[in-house]
Amino acid sequence: MTAQDTAAQRPAAETGTVPAILGQGLTLAYDRRAIVEGLSVEVPAGSFTVVIGPNACGKSTLLRAMSKLLAPQTGTVLLDGTDIATLRAKEVAKRLGLLSQSALVPAGITVMDLVGRGRYAHQSLLSRWSKADEDAVGHALAATGMAELADRLVDELSGGQRQRAWVAMALAQQSPILLLDEPTTFLDIRHQLGLMDLFAGLNAEGRTLVAVVHDINHAVQYATNLVVMADGQIVAQGPPAQVVTPELLREVFGITAAIVEDPVNGGPLVVPAHGGHGRRTGAGEPGPARASAAEGVAPSPQEHPGPHSLTTDQ
Amino acid sequence: MSAPTARPVAPTPAAQASERGRPRTLTLRGPISGRIRVRTLVVCAALALAILAAAFLALMIGEKTFAPGRVLSALSGHGSRLESLFIVQWRLPRVVGAIVFGAMLGVSGAIFQTITRNPLGSPDIIGFSAGAYTGGLLVILFVSSGYYAVAGGAVAGGLAVAAIIFALARGGSLQGFRLIVVGIGVTAMLASIDTWFRLTSDVDIALVAATWGVGSLNGLDVEFSGPAMVTGAVFLLVAGLLSRRLAQLDLGDDQATASGSDPGATRVLGIVVGVVLVAIATSATGPIAFVALAAPQIGRRLAGAVGAPMLPAGLVGALILLLADMLAQHAIPGIQLPAGVVTVAVGGVYLLSVIITENKRGTL
Repeated sequence: MTAQDTAAQRPAAETGTVPAILGQGLTLAYDRRAIVEGLSVEVPAGSFTVVIGPNACGKSTLLRAMSKLLAPQTGTVLLDGTDIATLRAKEVAKRLGLLSQSALVPAGITVMDLVGRGRYAHQSLLSRWSKADEDAVGHALAATGMAELADRLVDELSGGQRQRAWVAMALAQQSPILLLDEPTTFLDIRHQLGLMDLFAGLNAEGRTLVAVVHDINHAVQYATNLVVMADGQIVAQGPPAQVVTPELLREVFGITAAIVEDPVNGGPLVVPAHGGHGRRTGAGEPGPARASAAEGVAPSPQEHPGPHSLTTDQ
Repeated sequence: MSAPTARPVAPTPAAQASERGRPRTLTLRGPISGRIRVRTLVVCAALALAILAAAFLALMIGEKTFAPGRVLSALSGHGSRLESLFIVQWRLPRVVGAIVFGAMLGVSGAIFQTITRNPLGSPDIIGFSAGAYTGGLLVILFVSSGYYAVAGGAVAGGLAVAAIIFALARGGSLQGFRLIVVGIGVTAMLASIDTWFRLTSDVDIALVAATWGVGSLNGLDVEFSGPAMVTGAVFLLVAGLLSRRLAQLDLGDDQATASGSDPGATRVLGIVVGVVLVAIATSATGPIAFVALAAPQIGRRLAGAVGAPMLPAGLVGALILLLADMLAQHAIPGIQLPAGVVTVAVGGVYLLSVIITENKRGTL
C-alpha cells in the first residue's frame, strides 16, 4: 500500500456519509485528572485513520473513549451516528473491535481458542459455537496467515506471531470498525511492515481502521487520514501529505526533521536530524542538517542515510 | 530498503510437529451448539466414573461391610432392613453430600481463581470460607441453630467479608498478591473473633460450634444437608451459565469489554455465586479447606484446558471430598476423623507446591 493507493480512497471519506466515529466536546479523565479536554474528532467511514503524538498525549485515552472503555466526563461519542453510551456492550462489540495494549494471554490457550474468544458478542447461552463462529474464526486465521499455527499455544509464539493472533481475534469479531492501540510496538521492522500491510489490506476491503502508531513514517505511508495529537488536543488532522510539515514535527515532537520524497514508495518521508544527545555522526557539526531542515531544504537521502524509522518513544 | 510486501509466516518445525499432536475438538451443532476438546471430555467422563466407583465403595465399606450385590439391591429398595438402614439411610446421604459439597467447593474455587487470575485466589485462602463460618457461628450463638438461619448467616457472612476484602484491596489490581494478603489478614482476624465467641459462650453451644468448625461430614443430617444440596445444585447450574462470561475475564478487562462482555458485572455476579456456593457448603459441613484451592488447578491440568474451567473443577472437587471423607472414616480403625483434617493435611502439601512453582514462574 502506497500513498497513491490511499489517495484514491480519500474522496470517499470526504463525502457526506455518516462518520464511523464522531467524538464531540470530549473531556476524558482518570480520577479527575483530565487527559483530554474539549476534544472533537471525526473518523470517516472507510478510512485508515492513524493517530500519532508524543507519549502521554492522550492517544490511548482517546481510543478507550471511542470504544466505550472510558466514559467521557463531558461530550459524546457517536458510533455510526448513535450515542455509544446508549449501546449495550455486545452491540458495541458487533460494530467496533479493539486490540488493546493491556490484553492478557489466558494460560494454556491455543491460537484457535484465543481467536474464538473474539466471537463472544455473537454467541449466547446456548449457541456457543455455531457454523458462523467457525467460519469467522477460519477467515480471521487465514487473513492473518495464522491458519498453520492454529493449534499452537499462544505462549509459544514469537512476538510477531502473537500480535497476529491478537489481530485475528479482533477480526473474528467481524466488526466494521477496528481500533488498534500500538499494534506494532515492540516488533521488529519486518513484522511491523507485515502488520501494516495487513491493516492496509483490511482497510481496502472496506473496514474502518483507527490505529495508534509511533512510527511517523509508517503513519504517513499507510494512513488515509492522519490525526496528530499533543497535550490532549488534536493539533492537525487530514491527509498525511498535507498534515506533516517540519513545523508540525518541531511543534509536536520537538524534533528537527526534513521531509523528502520517499525514493522507494513515493510520498513524503520524514528524515529526522539527530537530536544533539551526543549521537553526532562524523566530525561535522549538527548544523548543516538542522539548518537545512529548518529552512525546509531537504538534504539528499543518499548523503544522509538516516534511520528510516523515527520512533518517538523515549 | 525494499518495498513492503505481505510476508507469510514461515512454517516452523514446531508448527509441523503440532500437526501430529493436534488437539482434537468435538463440535455440537444446532440450536444448542458448542465445542469441547476431546481430552477435556474424556477426562471429565473418567472423573465421573471414578466418582461413581468411589461412591459405590463408600457405600460398601464401614463398620459393617456389604458385598456389591447387596449394595445394589439395597439401593433398588430390595435390601433387608439392616442393609437399608446402613446403606440407604446412613451412608448414602453422606456420600451424596460429599459429592455435591465437593463439587460446590471446586466450582467456587474455579470462579474466584478466574476472577483474581491467580491460582491462590480461592475462597478458603482469601477468607470467604472464614467469613461464611463466622456468619454461621454468630447465628448459632445468638439466634438459632436451625438450618435456614445458619445458612443465611453463612451467606451473609461470606458476602460481607467479600465486600470488605474487595474494598480493602481496591487500590491494587484484583489479581495477585494484594488481594490474597488482605484476604489472609481478614481470615486471621475472623479466626480470633471466632475463638473469642466460642470462649465466652455457653459450653453446649461452644461445643456445637467447635464440632462444626472442624469441617466434617460426620454429623451430616439430611434435614440440614438436603436443602443445602438442592440450593447448591441450583447455584452450580447458575455458575455453569456464567462460565463463558467469566472466561472472557482471562483476556484482561479492556479486551474483555471490547469483546462485548461487561467485566464489572461479570465479577459481581461471579463473586455472589461463588460466595453462595462456598457459604452453603460451609453451613452444612463446616469449613473444609483446600478443596476449593486445589480442585480447579488439578482439573485444569488433567483436562489440558484454559484458565480454571468449572466442569473439571467440580468433578475433581467431588472426588477429593469423597476420598478425603472415606480416608477420614477408615484410615484409623475405630476413630472417625473429620474430613476437614484430611483435606488440610493433604492440601497443605499441595499449597506449598503451588507457592514454590508460582514463585519460580514469578507470577505471585
